[in-house]
Amino acid sequence: MNSKTSDGGWSPYLAGALVGVLAILSVIATTNITGKTSFLGASTTFVRAAGFLESSVATAHVDQNEYFKKEKVKIDWQFMLVLGVLIGAFFSSISEKSFKLEAVPPTWAERFGANVPLRAFWAFAGGVVAMIGARLADGCPSGHGLSGLMQLSLSGFAALAFFFGTGVLVANFVYRRRAS
Amino acid sequence: MNEQTLGLLTGIAFGFLLQKGRVLRFDKQVGAMLLKDMTILKFMLSAIIVGMIGIYFLNDIGFIELKHKTMNVGAVVVGGALFGVGWAVMGFCPGTSIGAIGEGRWHAIWAVLGMITGAAIFAELYPFFKQTVLAWLDGGKVSLADVMGLNHWVLIVILSVVYIGLFVFFEKKKL
Repeated sequence: MNSKTSDGGWSPYLAGALVGVLAILSVIATTNITGKTSFLGASTTFVRAAGFLESSVATAHVDQNEYFKKEKVKIDWQFMLVLGVLIGAFFSSISEKSFKLEAVPPTWAERFGANVPLRAFWAFAGGVVAMIGARLADGCPSGHGLSGLMQLSLSGFAALAFFFGTGVLVANFVYRRRAS
Repeated sequence: MNEQTLGLLTGIAFGFLLQKGRVLRFDKQVGAMLLKDMTILKFMLSAIIVGMIGIYFLNDIGFIELKHKTMNVGAVVVGGALFGVGWAVMGFCPGTSIGAIGEGRWHAIWAVLGMITGAAIFAELYPFFKQTVLAWLDGGKVSLADVMGLNHWVLIVILSVVYIGLFVFFEKKKL
């Protein structure tokens, strides 16, 4: 088992195990510093981002919306965590010179060509469907997958099975059969 | 330190490790769903083995309380399936889409915009979902160990063996 992969990255076992350590440290730090235990997650931040954007044009509407009231539109710990992921990935990729401006993912381009509007349309549509699903399920592969399975949550195992099971079916339909 | 600064620092470390593990790439995400490249599963399950041991230790000594998400059957089945459809098409999950932009893969911006729109649509549909899908069957906030009637450490050992067995299988098949 090599500590580096052929594309210059770290072994996924090593990087993953370190994320496990980070998750433990983060649970300790949030409990100690904020008085409230927080587990790693990402998808609620998209609700808050939507709330902020919407409230700039329709403040009263957002204020009255039951779901925005439930999740609270604010810049909280998780919001900053998600912003941090952007910064961390930026510095990591810059420092190892793997940062690359990419308009269309290579695998997508192989199947469907390097047409930017086509990729933009499907990525957007996929994003809409995925986030409606994540909010229904109350979590994404971070919240349900990582944090859920670390806690042995029944909902985490069930959600991850459905995420991945449907993902496998759809990916095989989209990227294999349509290969032309 | 306030919660925002702590979140930012944790996020920077998380983003750094996600990037080093190469899991922010569309090709890795779709590769896992095509069962061709299991980098993402190796990464996630490694994090989970380490994390579950530490988190249950902290729980046993009374330092933290676990925060199970509700096993709402309609939510997990319908929501989980919808998420899977979207995940396959967009090739990112919420956290990795943001990280991918940090790596310069700016096409992930379309996925992020779609997800923000999806969140806004969900907020409008929430009263409807609350009376339908979310009202079907609520299994409560439980752990798999409770449901199976097992001590959590026994389950942690069993799952660790299963996960490591998967790693051996992936390496053998060069996945």
